[in-house]
Amino acid sequence: MAVTAGLSVDIRRKRFAGDGRTPPHTAIENLQFDVPVGQFCCLLGPSGCGKTTLLNIAAGLDHDVDGSVGIPSDDTGSRPAVSYMFQTPRLLPWMSVRDNVDIVLDPGARAEGHGVRLLERMELGSYLDAYPTRLSGGQRRRVALARAFAIRPALLLLDEPFVSLDQPVGNRLREILLDQWQAQPTTVLFVTHDLDEAIFLGDRILFLSQPPSRVVQDVAVDLARPRTPGSPAIHAFRTGLLDRHGGLLAGLAGATTDPGHSTP
Amino acid sequence: MAVGTVDVAATAWGRLRRIIGSPAGLRIFSFVLLLSVWSLATTADPSGQVLPAPWVVLDTLWYHLNEEGLLFHLGVTLWRVAAAFFGAMVIGVALGILMGARRRADIVLDGWHILFLNMPALVLIILCYVWFGLTEVAAIVAVALNKIPNVVVTVREGTRAVDRELLDVARVFRVDRRTTFLRFFLPQLYPYVMAAARGGIALIWKIVLVVELLGRSNGVGFKLHEFFQLFDIAAVLAYTLAFVVIMMVIEYGVMAPLERRFTRWR
Repeated sequence: MAVTAGLSVDIRRKRFAGDGRTPPHTAIENLQFDVPVGQFCCLLGPSGCGKTTLLNIAAGLDHDVDGSVGIPSDDTGSRPAVSYMFQTPRLLPWMSVRDNVDIVLDPGARAEGHGVRLLERMELGSYLDAYPTRLSGGQRRRVALARAFAIRPALLLLDEPFVSLDQPVGNRLREILLDQWQAQPTTVLFVTHDLDEAIFLGDRILFLSQPPSRVVQDVAVDLARPRTPGSPAIHAFRTGLLDRHGGLLAGLAGATTDPGHSTP
Repeated sequence: MAVGTVDVAATAWGRLRRIIGSPAGLRIFSFVLLLSVWSLATTADPSGQVLPAPWVVLDTLWYHLNEEGLLFHLGVTLWRVAAAFFGAMVIGVALGILMGARRRADIVLDGWHILFLNMPALVLIILCYVWFGLTEVAAIVAVALNKIPNVVVTVREGTRAVDRELLDVARVFRVDRRTTFLRFFLPQLYPYVMAAARGGIALIWKIVLVVELLGRSNGVGFKLHEFFQLFDIAAVLAYTLAFVVIMMVIEYGVMAPLERRFTRWR
């Protein structure tokens, strides 16, 4: 499957109508950017700035929007696979690890053992018949990651998937994600509020504003791969970035040290 | 030596206490207590007509089992219970899902639902017999109609509690509708369906007896009516005992294993 066009986001306005308890608010306004095929693009912004909303629109879960999101299309003309790794693993607790991945595959891919191969690559080979309730938080996210890659997506959306994991487990998962992405290249939109994570993972970082969200800074991460989490190179890149765009990113830098940061 | 004897006595006493205190021990104790109270109560009735002793009831049960076709009447009643149960579950679960998932359907059907929920069982039975005649179908429909509203209440609640986030997974990965329903949606309803089924079977067999008493010429309800007119209390209790035993077999032999199977993943 040759993917010929990347992701193009052009959202004029995304508004949530209030419902008595919550006042109406505009989550996104004039948000435009393109992601070339195969690029690993990180979206960085304060909590509540509409990042999840954007992913939901791209995933086709939310159609109530003024604007359009063009997802990578292939030469067959059919809508290519979009896959989504949510903030929580969202596994089906009544299905084994194997079935949790197989359930999203078409019968052909299931029969040739594509799901099991991916799970083995994620070091879950000995947990194929376990139920998710028996797994650790890191293991559950590896299952979710295997599921996300299993459908051979043309676009992979990730919504702060490694939040609330401790540092070593999170770093290991980030490495697994990069390994798999390099083995199976695809366009990636990775949402985070952690600047170090974005620098470690991304080819490019888009900084979003407080809501209504728009792009305030577009930064290419020109560090050579493989990168090392917490390495001097990443640290230097971060310092340079904050020096150059300190004013613009001030609110965000605070958010990276305080994940509980919220919008008024 | 003396110390050793005390120890043996102490451990024997301790063991006995553990046995009596165990769940199985407590159940046996509870059963023996029931028999004792029953036997004691029979002394207040020297005629033995109003409250026959446990062994008299057992004897009567044996007699009806061998000579009076108890199994036939039991079988007929069980068949009616099963037919009404499955009918009520299928329709009740379907309506419950519809009303839980679709707000418009809920608004349209809610009034009818409340009407049937509050309609006395006896009224439904009388109306069914009057409108459809004293037939088998009328009997089963009457019983099912009594149960459906309760199933709807439970299943609608379950449908409203379904985790939308898991259904979103199915949408994103474009899982087909059938698989979404069977593997993403229904498993979330199992606890509610099981609760409805449990309560359902207990309620249904009680209503089936009333239906049989009013308009059938066989079944446990019909026989109980006959024994009531003959003032044969031993036979009434014998039939009751036989049916309760069967319902317990269904509970422990069918319902409990089913529930274990559905909740294995916990």
